[in-house]
Amino acid sequence: MFNDSLPEPQLSSLPHLRIQPSNGWVSLHLKEVWAYRELLYFLTWRDIKVRYKQTVLGAAWAIIQPFFTMVVFSLFFGNLAQIPSDGVPYPIFSYTALVPWTFFAAALGASSNSLVGSANLIKKIYFPRLVIPISSVISGSVDFLLAFAVLLIMMLVFGIFPTANVIFLPFLLLLAVMTSLGIGLWLSAMNVQFRDVRYTVPFITQFWLFATPIAYPSSLIEDDLLRTIYGINPMTGVVEGFRWALLGTDTAPGPIIIVSFLAATLLLVSGMFYFRRMEKTFADVV
Amino acid sequence: MSDIAIRVEGLGKQYRIGGKQEKYKTLRDSIADAFSAPFRRAGQLLKGQAYGAAGLSETIWALKDVSFEVKHGEVLGIIGRNGAGKSTLLKILSQITEPTEGYVDVYGRVGALLEVGTGFHPELTGRENVYLNGAILGMSRAEIDRKFDEIVDFSGVEKFIDTPVKHYSSGMGLRLGFAVAAHLEPEILVVDEVLAVGDAEFQKKCIGKMAETSESGRTVVFVSHNMVSILNLCNNVILLDKGSIEKTGYSKDIIDYYLSSAQIDKTGNSVALAQRTDRKGDASFKFTHIKIMDKNHDTTNDILSGESLTFHISYSASEKLMGQPLRITIRIHNMEDQPIFAVDNAFTGQNFFITAEQDTLLCKIPSLPLLSGQYSVHLWAQVGNEVADSISQTTLFTVHSSDYFGTGQFPNPSRHGFVFVNHLWEY
Repeated sequence: MFNDSLPEPQLSSLPHLRIQPSNGWVSLHLKEVWAYRELLYFLTWRDIKVRYKQTVLGAAWAIIQPFFTMVVFSLFFGNLAQIPSDGVPYPIFSYTALVPWTFFAAALGASSNSLVGSANLIKKIYFPRLVIPISSVISGSVDFLLAFAVLLIMMLVFGIFPTANVIFLPFLLLLAVMTSLGIGLWLSAMNVQFRDVRYTVPFITQFWLFATPIAYPSSLIEDDLLRTIYGINPMTGVVEGFRWALLGTDTAPGPIIIVSFLAATLLLVSGMFYFRRMEKTFADVV
Repeated sequence: MSDIAIRVEGLGKQYRIGGKQEKYKTLRDSIADAFSAPFRRAGQLLKGQAYGAAGLSETIWALKDVSFEVKHGEVLGIIGRNGAGKSTLLKILSQITEPTEGYVDVYGRVGALLEVGTGFHPELTGRENVYLNGAILGMSRAEIDRKFDEIVDFSGVEKFIDTPVKHYSSGMGLRLGFAVAAHLEPEILVVDEVLAVGDAEFQKKCIGKMAETSESGRTVVFVSHNMVSILNLCNNVILLDKGSIEKTGYSKDIIDYYLSSAQIDKTGNSVALAQRTDRKGDASFKFTHIKIMDKNHDTTNDILSGESLTFHISYSASEKLMGQPLRITIRIHNMEDQPIFAVDNAFTGQNFFITAEQDTLLCKIPSLPLLSGQYSVHLWAQVGNEVADSISQTTLFTVHSSDYFGTGQFPNPSRHGFVFVNHLWEY
């Protein structure tokens, strides 16, 4: 009585879908996310397009934030507190870390609010909800590129040339994406239920900033094992990796990067499963 | 069995709603609860059980034990009062929300249109929004490229296509949104009350486009309060009431049943008209009830041309409106929703004033000048200088042909129009 008995081949070739209650942990359906990649593209494009509409300074904001943080850090931590900087001028030492950090912090903020901000879409149309936080993370990449261009100019000014390890940069950026998306998935899904998350994110970001070796080098931790454990904060791996690849600092990131990568993978995978589990309640609750 | 597009089996959807408020007896209790509640909620959240921040406990079934089938190429209408579960059913069919029990088998791609212009961004231009909205509705970029000119043409906003949508009038935004949606080509189209928006001319265009859709063999599930468009578009209708199917069948039968059941419920007093939300005014004045009586004072929806007919119109008015002048228009529309004629106490020069919070007015038409066909009744009221209420399709009635002129001639509505006019010839 089901579609195997269909006489017309044309009808039986129609895609069949069963809509039914799901229980507990559900599979990720990443294939479906892939099928919706054009929507992902358009949502990202929209975010980028409208980001600096009706602002006076426009895309300059992407540079102002990390640059002035660098200025403040250089004044207080570099000059006054005389924090060591692995033999690199302090401004470029901190700015190299601030570029991926700013991307991470913005991606975290955007993705954790993304579902609530798209409530109207979620209530009115079906698509894999994963598309929303993913696009909000990706749309930060334009800001990253702008800030990165300033970094290249600064390196030129300071006369520092990137090492051959620069080819690992995309991988390090991927690590930052995985981390922010992992946390973003957890927080965005929770934010649908509990708007407390909105108040938590600035706090988490600030806390995390100081837990990451941005204003100081991880070489302050002398014990090798402890420093490796420090890599559990995946942003440690990202930041130290950026300095290693671009500035040639000798904190060889090997073990730290591996620990960071494992931690980021754990965050991302758990975040995806949690997100998928909560997904069915989004349209009813958001 | 072979040509089924949608099979719904034992479908149910439960919602959690705010339960009874716990009463805090003492300040100490409430402080203690304020401290323990976050931990309780956090526990629920981690277990993936939370359904909302309020710790909702009471549940209602928005949909319960609903089963039906839709064949390929069928246009199914879903009607029912507010809260009957229409929108919930559509949300399940379009995969926006999951059912609590039962299942739906869908054969074919589903396109859902629960809102016009979903995802429109005010800062983007019309052109950009067409692409964005198309992608959200499930069109590929190549598909939108191909149909772009046609979409813009349909919307009639060519001149403003490169203007940000925030500068559009609300009507223009809707037209553009509908134009995109009208060019969706899924095998199954699920449509919520989207035709209720826009001006009359554009509505007609949309209905035309939808009819085209259904003629091209596409399956359509259509929710509306607009009985005229349901009658025009749908073969079959499901009447939902309180989450379950009350009746299904041919459109006309079900709509007649629905409108008559709306008129006569247990208390003999209609609540349906009072509950309708698609109306104007601030609800201080509301039409609550309409019925039609024939010459024998029997309530009916079938009348003969040339017979007398009396509208009984009840309304409720708030106290602050007492003593205000009242003007009422009863407008009769044909099945294409064009107005045919209107009666009005201002036309007859009679002044009415509101004197009671519940009141009923009678309006008698001594000889109904309508040719055979179906007609709907639109009610409009003005209190003081303000439009106080306006509802379309309060009821439908059927006029049967009769020997109006007493000469054995029966004019044909498709050739002779809708109204009889008494006339004299000389030669």
